[in-house]
Amino acid sequence: MATVKESPPPQKKVNRIGLTVADYKGKPSTLCDGCGHDAISSQLTKAFFELGIQPYQVAKLSGIGCSSKTPAYFLGKSHGFNGVHGRMPSLAAGTVLANRTLRVVGVSGDGDTASIGIGQFVHLLRRNLPIVYIVENNGVYGLTKGQFSATSDLGSKLKTGVVNELPPIDLCTLAVELGATYVARSFAGDPKQLVALLEGALSHKGTSVLDIISPCVTFNNHPGSTKSYTWGKEHEEMLHEVGFVPYFEQINVDYEEGSALEVALHDGSRIVLKKLERDYDPTDRTCALSLLREASEKGQFLTGLVYVDPERENFLELLDLVEEPLALLPMERLRPPQEALDEVMESLK
Amino acid sequence: MSTEALVREKRERHIQPEAIVNDFSIQVATINGSGSQSSNNVLMRSIFRMGVPVSGKNLFPSNIAGLPTWFTIRASKQGYIARRKEVDFLVAMNPQTAREDVESLRPGAAVVYEQSLKLDGLRKDLVFYPVPFAELAKQVTEEVKLRKLLANMIYVGVVGQLLSIDKEEIKKSVVKQFQSKAKAIALNQKAIDLGFEYAEQSLTKADPLRVEHMDKTQGKVLIDGNAAGALGAMFGGVTVVTWYPITPSSSLCEQLIEYMKAYRVDKETGKATYAIVQAEDELAAIGMALGAGWAGARSMTSTSGPGISLMSEFVGLGYYAEIPAVIWNIQRVGPSTGLPTRTSQGDILFTYLLSHGDTKHLCLLPASVDECFEFGMEAFNLAERFQTPVFVLSDLDLGMNYWMADPFPYPQKPFDRGKVLTAEDLEKLGSFARYRDVDGDGIPYRTLPGTEHPAAAYFTRGSGHSENAEYTERPDDYQNNMDRLARKFETARKHVPQPVLEEEPDAEVGIIAFGSSHWAVTEARDQLKLEKNLKVRYLRLRALPLTETLHSFVRSCQRVYVVEQNRDAQMAQLIRLELSQQPGQQDKIRSVLHYDGLPIDARSVADEIVALEKKASRKTEES
Repeated sequence: MATVKESPPPQKKVNRIGLTVADYKGKPSTLCDGCGHDAISSQLTKAFFELGIQPYQVAKLSGIGCSSKTPAYFLGKSHGFNGVHGRMPSLAAGTVLANRTLRVVGVSGDGDTASIGIGQFVHLLRRNLPIVYIVENNGVYGLTKGQFSATSDLGSKLKTGVVNELPPIDLCTLAVELGATYVARSFAGDPKQLVALLEGALSHKGTSVLDIISPCVTFNNHPGSTKSYTWGKEHEEMLHEVGFVPYFEQINVDYEEGSALEVALHDGSRIVLKKLERDYDPTDRTCALSLLREASEKGQFLTGLVYVDPERENFLELLDLVEEPLALLPMERLRPPQEALDEVMESLK
Repeated sequence: MSTEALVREKRERHIQPEAIVNDFSIQVATINGSGSQSSNNVLMRSIFRMGVPVSGKNLFPSNIAGLPTWFTIRASKQGYIARRKEVDFLVAMNPQTAREDVESLRPGAAVVYEQSLKLDGLRKDLVFYPVPFAELAKQVTEEVKLRKLLANMIYVGVVGQLLSIDKEEIKKSVVKQFQSKAKAIALNQKAIDLGFEYAEQSLTKADPLRVEHMDKTQGKVLIDGNAAGALGAMFGGVTVVTWYPITPSSSLCEQLIEYMKAYRVDKETGKATYAIVQAEDELAAIGMALGAGWAGARSMTSTSGPGISLMSEFVGLGYYAEIPAVIWNIQRVGPSTGLPTRTSQGDILFTYLLSHGDTKHLCLLPASVDECFEFGMEAFNLAERFQTPVFVLSDLDLGMNYWMADPFPYPQKPFDRGKVLTAEDLEKLGSFARYRDVDGDGIPYRTLPGTEHPAAAYFTRGSGHSENAEYTERPDDYQNNMDRLARKFETARKHVPQPVLEEEPDAEVGIIAFGSSHWAVTEARDQLKLEKNLKVRYLRLRALPLTETLHSFVRSCQRVYVVEQNRDAQMAQLIRLELSQQPGQQDKIRSVLHYDGLPIDARSVADEIVALEKKASRKTEES
């Protein structure tokens, strides 16, 4: 009698710390079907999985708006914080000051960042704290039903036919100008590039800003919009092909001389930028600024790593903090001894 | 008879019969930015070092240089340290205000003034001491720029000589003021000596005021409330401090920076066990404090009225999402920009109920520098125990002026880090619900980001949330959560600093006060007893929410005067609300209000109570 040999159940793919993709998933999204933000959440899930970061070591923060809802939809085993409108940067800054061992990811939108929260955004960049700042940029206020935001392009049209007559704020230009040390622009419809840029950002020691064009299928995906899927697909022009090699993979990629640029990040990971049409060096700040200006004048949608400075001192180094999380220091290390109080009191006599 | 002997005889004749010793106030009127702060500190400290209780109050403008400023030093052998309304001795250095300053003096007061101002013709009932300060300053230094500053040191010498202040103590105070700067010490001492000499040779003592050695300041310290609060924060284990400059709160964080540099840098590694960040505004300051509190740090910020207004949205998030943070409000005069450099207790209602929706907060009400230190520590215990923003309501008078106190005792109480579940706890429990009332006290359990356990994570939000921290708009979820928050607040009632009762047997009348009003009330009670034979019992509130003691206190009195430094009787309103369930008790509450921007004084309190008591007895007679 022939026996049927049972085949073993298919092995689920695990990462270097033995977790599966499911361990990085969040609650089901409540956003509209096809929303660009959900595509970004998926790539975030993938980036954390591929890097093998423990979910408990991550803190996700956000402001208010559609984009700010998304931290509930990835990394369900990480602490999350949906704060107040436009103020995610300060909450995220406080979090990382209290516990420098956390990987802090902030998710914001164009309204949350470029309007109500622009003050906090600007000052976060000056400090260069280790925070990944993601802008899910769709050019409209989705949750309040489709008003223009400050990143809407001049002349772009709402569904109702209303034309935007005010110039947009270019978040990448602002970020480079104000001292962000990792600035990228990407497209929710380009998962391959996005995940590499996210992994690079998560391996960077300072503030990284990712301005991701993320179409709003309900209010800003029509002809006349400059933040729609169609517009994005038709206009996206890649600065380079972005590859990411994590520090724990000792892969040496051979490129033809002059065809690729490698940027080493502080944890030993590398970003490999493969040359396409143009020569572009993202470590040159002046070049980055003129590139952005040119793109804005010509109405180009350039994606890729716009600027990177892997070495600039971050705020934690500047403050010269102890290695352990401040939040976990015991009383013995926080309350100075009796002699300290005596000394102060003596000086006041 | 020699001139010297004549002067001496004249002097003795004037002093002997009516000498007023160690019980008067000196007011120095100068121009902001003229360096008078150092002179005034030297003057005050010299009297303090002679064993005489002193207090110093700086009445300054919102300005860096050029506008009038006054510094009042009160010497009080009885140890009263509230503001004294009457000025007994004026040093008129400011031409802009000299006339008005002189006009406002009580009869018999003394005036030292710049000779060229010719003030002696203004009134016949004062003692005038003209001094050519500008001329004398030329003898101290060649440097024209320094002369203005040194003219102010000359008055220290003049006043010192006229009031018999010990020269040696002045010398020591100068050394303390200028620390190790030998050149400054020498130059300032020269100016003082010149003033002393001038007064000795050219002025005839004709007022009754003098300072004599006492032993009432032995071992005591002089400190402002902001420095005391900063020390409290440091010994309370603060790790994240985020702030935005605003008068009168800036000096709290600035002094904290100095203390932390000295005492909170790890000896072995040289690394800081704290982060102090000057934020871009108060919105960011409170945001960072809440972010840090959420992640488990003892975090704080310090601000004043306008900053509190800006923080209101975030504070609501802190209340509703249940995040600890400590917020100092060094109250100044509002509304709006108001009088930014004057004192008030005008933020009581606003702070207590800060933010939209049903919110209420734990507020601590320090009355002294000792309590600034104590509450500076305790605020963290309460914030972490109750997982909520905790306010410390100080004011400009307490925060920025000098107060005498015993050296602060070294804290014995360990930190209370509240209900925080660790990975080991979670391993035993299996799971936890962030907003569930497990213990029946309304206080849930929390976990910190970074806790190494798959069950540790939860999602914090300012929107409606269930026991499991999930988004919800369900009516029962919302209401249950709000009821639990109210229950938590009730639990806090028993844990906040309780009121201090000062009994007076058989007294019908009671006073309720809080914060810096305490010192004027203490003195006013003595005045009422001595002058009017009116005995008053006294309840000093030390926190909000109000506690049970309030009810028994009001029940035991016929009439209760609530003394506070605002127009709208804010604390009295809260007290009436608290008593609303008790028939007949609300009607006992009356208000004594002080809101001109100057620190409250005893005389105003006593006079007002006497007037209101007269009214009350007339009413009783009529009925």
